[in-house]
Amino acid sequence: MALKVHRAGILSTLQDLGRYGYQRFGVPVGGVMDEYSHRLANLLVGNAEYEATLEITLSGPRLEFTEDTLIGICGGDFTPTLDGSRVPAARPVLLRKGCVLDFGTCRLGCRAYLAVGGGFDVPLVMGSKSTYLRGGFGGLGGRALRRGDVVPTGETDAASYPSLRRELDAGARFAYPRWSVNANSAFLAHGHHRIHFIPGRHWELFTADSREQFAGVEYRIAPDSDRMGYRLEGPVLALIQPADILPEAVTFGSIQVPPDGHPIVLMANRQTTGGYPRLGEVSTVDLPLLAQLPPGDTLRFEPIAPEDSQRLYLQRDHDLGIMREALRMRMKQ
Amino acid sequence: MGEPKVELRFSQLGDDVLVVELGTDASEATALRVHAVTQHLLRHSPAGVRDVVAAACTVALHYDPLQVEIATQTQTPFEALAQQVTRRLSALDPATAPATTEHEIPVCYSAEFGEDLEAVAQTHGLTTADVIALHGAPLYRVQMLGFAPGFAYLAGLDARIATPRRSTPRTRVPAGSVAIGGELTAVYPLDLPGGWHLIGRSPLSFFDPEAARPSLLAAGDRVRFVAITPEEFEHAHQDIRWR
Repeated sequence: MALKVHRAGILSTLQDLGRYGYQRFGVPVGGVMDEYSHRLANLLVGNAEYEATLEITLSGPRLEFTEDTLIGICGGDFTPTLDGSRVPAARPVLLRKGCVLDFGTCRLGCRAYLAVGGGFDVPLVMGSKSTYLRGGFGGLGGRALRRGDVVPTGETDAASYPSLRRELDAGARFAYPRWSVNANSAFLAHGHHRIHFIPGRHWELFTADSREQFAGVEYRIAPDSDRMGYRLEGPVLALIQPADILPEAVTFGSIQVPPDGHPIVLMANRQTTGGYPRLGEVSTVDLPLLAQLPPGDTLRFEPIAPEDSQRLYLQRDHDLGIMREALRMRMKQ
Repeated sequence: MGEPKVELRFSQLGDDVLVVELGTDASEATALRVHAVTQHLLRHSPAGVRDVVAAACTVALHYDPLQVEIATQTQTPFEALAQQVTRRLSALDPATAPATTEHEIPVCYSAEFGEDLEAVAQTHGLTTADVIALHGAPLYRVQMLGFAPGFAYLAGLDARIATPRRSTPRTRVPAGSVAIGGELTAVYPLDLPGGWHLIGRSPLSFFDPEAARPSLLAAGDRVRFVAITPEEFEHAHQDIRWR
């Protein structure tokens, strides 16, 4: 069971929900940038949500499947094709052995997630399959996919989606249902992105003017933004007075302000600790949307109370739970 | 429930990190409290906690709000976790914290391995021998890890060799490089970019992703540097490669 890589794309890496338990040793959590799309893609093919998916960035790969495989694609729109025919995202697709899946360049969002039935068969490193490029470990030998790679996968459960199986038996190259799940691409379509943030304990150290600007003015994502951090272009922010801040733990979504006054939002590959003053943290439920915004896109930040943010976090999981149950039923059809 | 022997202040980092504040300075007393609280919470983690990260005066608990055990309907996961942490730490006496691990780290201080050794000496009007002696004297404390896997910030550097970071960082510092950055010292565990001043190199392996404990150093550990000759370095390095 495997994927043959005909073309690797700009940055295609195996990622899961992250490497927890080792931050005290300075090991970054890493993992997927858009957790929502990743979880959804896994649910579509009947995997556990923590199973690794292939995270595809800006320009996608071309992959050949060596066995009949159930796949799910969620996240950014790369207009993928199977043997040259358009294939829809956000629904399960059962494909025949030998099919070639080709991702184009990204038209909406900037990352897509490919889940395969049975997951990716790579070893756990510190409990995770996530690729950490800088450390050279996790995923496929600690690196991004390369042309000529053969990526081992698990086995698709032959009993899932019997209706799709019948279409394949009748001669179709690939088959998918008429329904799709509610993916976040809808939120990406409009241009007014609002990202909630929880003001942190350094918030009051910033000037009133800076606080007002940050929570009101549009920021643009700078070109040198990546999996480690999103650099923001906009009003320069300043502290009331130089602050002697001792470094401490940071997290996915921490908004730090280096001396040049340009905020940086720490993303999946962030370091475990940091020493710059922080405005606060992006609400966890808004991280998937932020992670889909490519350089050049604009956004506004809006404050939210921590308890409200936590409520939205629990609500999202509740909604995903309903989706999980619904898909479990569909999978039998 | 007795009064906690360690004064606790909680704050939130976003919606899934609880920060225990244990002081406002990087003093020895704060460090002892941080060490005691970290060790206790690592051994007795409340449900939902997925990482315990110590720093100079804080201990951060990364948690999954879904997995925290809530006592009442109206309680938020943060409130519930703060309550559980308070309860666990109520009986904690920093004086009874588990002993710290002590490491002896061999370093070859030389112009070859420490490109900035001479420059650091000149900056402070010292000889390179002075710098080596001053760097090798203290028993350092691992304040926290960060920047990269296995990168330990060591506190306790002699003020006479404290040196502000280079204005232009190097794009690649070899693994094992021993360096000074401001009032701290550290060993680069991997080949990394870096702006600290290089004064020598250690033949030890500081980070191994396949090991049960991937990092040689952990927060709270003590470190002493021991000078070795280039011959000893080569010998030790070969041993490590052969292992």
